[in-house]
Amino acid sequence: MKGRKINKGIADKAFSFVNTVVMLVLALIMFYPLWYVLVASLSNAMELVKYRGILVYPLDFTLDAYKMAFQNPLLLRSYGNTLFVVIVGVIINLLMTSFGAYFLSRKGIMFQKPIMIMIVITMFFSGGMIPFYFSVRDLGLDGSLWSLILPSAISTFNLIIMKTAFMAVPLSLEESARLDGANDPTVLFCVILPLTKATFAVIGLYYAVSHWNAWFHAMLFLDERTKYPLQLLLREILIQNNVSDMADTGNYTELGFISETIKYAIIIIATAPILCIYPFIQKYFTAGVMIGAVKE
Amino acid sequence: MKTIQRIKYNNSSWLGRCRKDLSRNKGAYIMVIPVILFYFLFHYKPMYGALIAFKDYSPRLGFAGSAWVGLKNFNDFFSSPDFARLLRNTIVISGTNLIFAFPAPIILALFLNEMSSLKLKRMVQTASYLPHFISLVVVCGMIKTFVGADGIIGILVGYFRGKTVNLLTEQDLFLPIYVISDIWQGVGWESIIYLAALSAVDVEQYEAAEIDGAGRMARMLHITIPSIQMTVITMLILRVGRLMNLGYEKIILLYNPAIYETSDVISSYVYRMGFETQNWGYSTAVGLFNSVINLVLLLAANLFSRKTTGNSIW
Repeated sequence: MKGRKINKGIADKAFSFVNTVVMLVLALIMFYPLWYVLVASLSNAMELVKYRGILVYPLDFTLDAYKMAFQNPLLLRSYGNTLFVVIVGVIINLLMTSFGAYFLSRKGIMFQKPIMIMIVITMFFSGGMIPFYFSVRDLGLDGSLWSLILPSAISTFNLIIMKTAFMAVPLSLEESARLDGANDPTVLFCVILPLTKATFAVIGLYYAVSHWNAWFHAMLFLDERTKYPLQLLLREILIQNNVSDMADTGNYTELGFISETIKYAIIIIATAPILCIYPFIQKYFTAGVMIGAVKE
Repeated sequence: MKTIQRIKYNNSSWLGRCRKDLSRNKGAYIMVIPVILFYFLFHYKPMYGALIAFKDYSPRLGFAGSAWVGLKNFNDFFSSPDFARLLRNTIVISGTNLIFAFPAPIILALFLNEMSSLKLKRMVQTASYLPHFISLVVVCGMIKTFVGADGIIGILVGYFRGKTVNLLTEQDLFLPIYVISDIWQGVGWESIIYLAALSAVDVEQYEAAEIDGAGRMARMLHITIPSIQMTVITMLILRVGRLMNLGYEKIILLYNPAIYETSDVISSYVYRMGFETQNWGYSTAVGLFNSVINLVLLLAANLFSRKTTGNSIW
């Protein structure tokens, strides 16, 4: 695209200009809802309720909403639960996915094809929500955070991405390692992993984001509120409008006002980690989509 | 070739070859055991468990203790007054989404591709990918607050209509709220794949067309669009194959009894019939019906694609 500077007409320039402006306006529209939430969370609740119009900067800047939000003991607790699920979950995800991908990418294994078929079928057909629920419950996982980790230990889509990446590793490297007496785990972790670090990173990030954002399984399997992950607590506050134990100002109307800004503050608290790492990982996510687009 | 193979087959029986394969690839087989266990426990066991669709299931009696009832659950569903509504809502919401949310990322990619300033282009991309990473609960929480009676969109719409109400309590507005928020969350992310297809176009083609006097629009029509045609068709087929597979998570988060008439879809109904009314066999039957339709749609879309474009998703 860089070499396209020959002979630009006026119409061309006008198009470029209009296009750029339209795109920037679009970006602004895409971004504004998030900006609004940030600004509203930093505003004075009473001012915010009275305000009519486009909000650009905080009204009467205050951190009250954040202070109130952190008073809720469940918030930190659920943050901890989510962190546990993300960390332990991603480790298990990567181990299981790489084991599967290793098996499926090796040459000359007899039962590879039937196992591959068995795995791919699950992408297109499932027993459904209710039998899945009973299967997890039968294993006695309900009520524990493991119900959020084990049933989603492998995403078939990610498994296939990883398998494709493993297949690109030259066979000669594996063979020479084997001559040196390496066994299968050594080949996986000392030969293949260093060469497919980027894939591991992308898939690990995919898994981490999906654990961070998941709520539905938690709703199915967890009853005790002390076990709630962040997203389930958020659902209570944002969707079911349950702010009663968020703040004890005693005054109902005041609570009604401040509860709005507390909601915004909680959205920011829950989304901040993703927003903070987002700029650094953006290029990896894009690369991940590209790997996924490559047909096996 | 054939004789060599025959000799090999004669020399060792199938079992013998199995044993040899197992001993040679022992490590790989041991590593795949937890993977197989996972698929067995969380994918295949539920498939077997789906047989409760043909039973009058009660968790107290268990799978073996519950009585078989044949197709009763399916008949109940097809003859229930909910059936037509659920089918209509599923198709209408999914279809509208297909019409608007499918072309949106293509259009975005086409115009992003025309941006000459790389810096600004990257800025727009960063802003447009961002919503993809925000959790569904937060997105739905934002929607609820924005379209509420004193939310920013609620006020704006109320300004034009003369009255402010919570927009999520209005039956007619669920569809636009659902589709617009879907576009907002997905358009940037989905444009990546088209942008990649666009970046593969040979720059020389553009230069040649430019010398021949082709304007911007002509180049877009005759070079850019044909070059991403295959990607578009593949994505369209995948999308059509998922037509009935409308996600329940967003629906469950957004709907409320006041607008069930236009927002309740098959998958959200499965959830409600199961977990709220404990009608396990019935809701499994409804879910199974949906899974089978999905499978048929996907196979049909893929067959169509293979016949017409030679492209198959597997």
